[in-house]
Amino acid sequence: MEHEAEKMAGRRWHDMGGDAAGPVPTEQHDFSLWEKRVDALMVISSSKGYFTVDGLRRVLEDMGEEAFETMTYYERWIASVNQNLLEAGVYTPAELGARMSEVAARGETYGEACDG
Amino acid sequence: MPHDHHDHLSPSGHPYRADDDHPLTYWQQMEIAIRELLIEKNIATAAEIAAQIDAMDARSPANGAAVVARAWTDPAFRNDLLADAGAASAAMGYDIGPMKLIAVENTPEVHNMIVCTLCSCYPRNLLGLPPDWYKSRAYRSRAVKEPRKVLSEFGVTLPDATTVRVHDSTADMRYIVIPARPAGTDGLTADALAALVTRDSMIGTGLPKTVQDS
Repeated sequence: MEHEAEKMAGRRWHDMGGDAAGPVPTEQHDFSLWEKRVDALMVISSSKGYFTVDGLRRVLEDMGEEAFETMTYYERWIASVNQNLLEAGVYTPAELGARMSEVAARGETYGEACDG
Repeated sequence: MPHDHHDHLSPSGHPYRADDDHPLTYWQQMEIAIRELLIEKNIATAAEIAAQIDAMDARSPANGAAVVARAWTDPAFRNDLLADAGAASAAMGYDIGPMKLIAVENTPEVHNMIVCTLCSCYPRNLLGLPPDWYKSRAYRSRAVKEPRKVLSEFGVTLPDATTVRVHDSTADMRYIVIPARPAGTDGLTADALAALVTRDSMIGTGLPKTVQDS
């Protein structure tokens, strides 16, 4: 994205109101189960006080513009939910890593990997 | 190709998302792992997660349409809605929680539209999850700079004399547009009126259906 230095002063990448951009995209997709689960995990862990919507946004914004352009919306959300839960001490990086390995070993598709 | 997925549309007419039938992705793997850890650590139950998804699926623009139709037919409710949209919509069973909700009313002089330039904040209690375009760079960037051009991409052309007012949402403060009641709808019931209220008319990127359209 091209910005004049003056225009960018004091603004971060996500503060995009007023920037030039192309046509508004018209594609729409149905949310898949895994995306709805990410949303539910965010709502539940924030309603129980493990982090706030500001914590969610902080990590999303710190992930930067490249993540915005290359990852889907709920991919960015689960990355942020994870960072916040790690910071809250809910589980350790080692616990997460071990569990992710177990999940991957169960099968090659989302459905197979969910059957623990 | 052995499968041509382009032939297959979901019940709502959209293509199925590719990642539903692709190999497990890294981020899906992470979601499963986090969900299982939260359940094992007694932070959430599987039933709770399923119930949250059901609650989310139950929220749709029909909620907002019921609120708008009531505002069109019940002047006291309209005043309550404009004074405190969070309380008025909660009284109809659509609780927004701790966030502030502001209803902005379209008139012959003023057309309102909503955006979240910083992220994707949206009145989920009344409209469900935001459409993909609402979260796009193009809409977030341009809605505040050239709203009439954006509106024209949605097929909405307003008279030059109409003031266009764009409201930028935040995580704590959401907006809902109360579209203007279409002409020729005198005597319609609130239910019949609600059927005219589209999602986009409550975002401000559309207008309600007319009696002839419906």
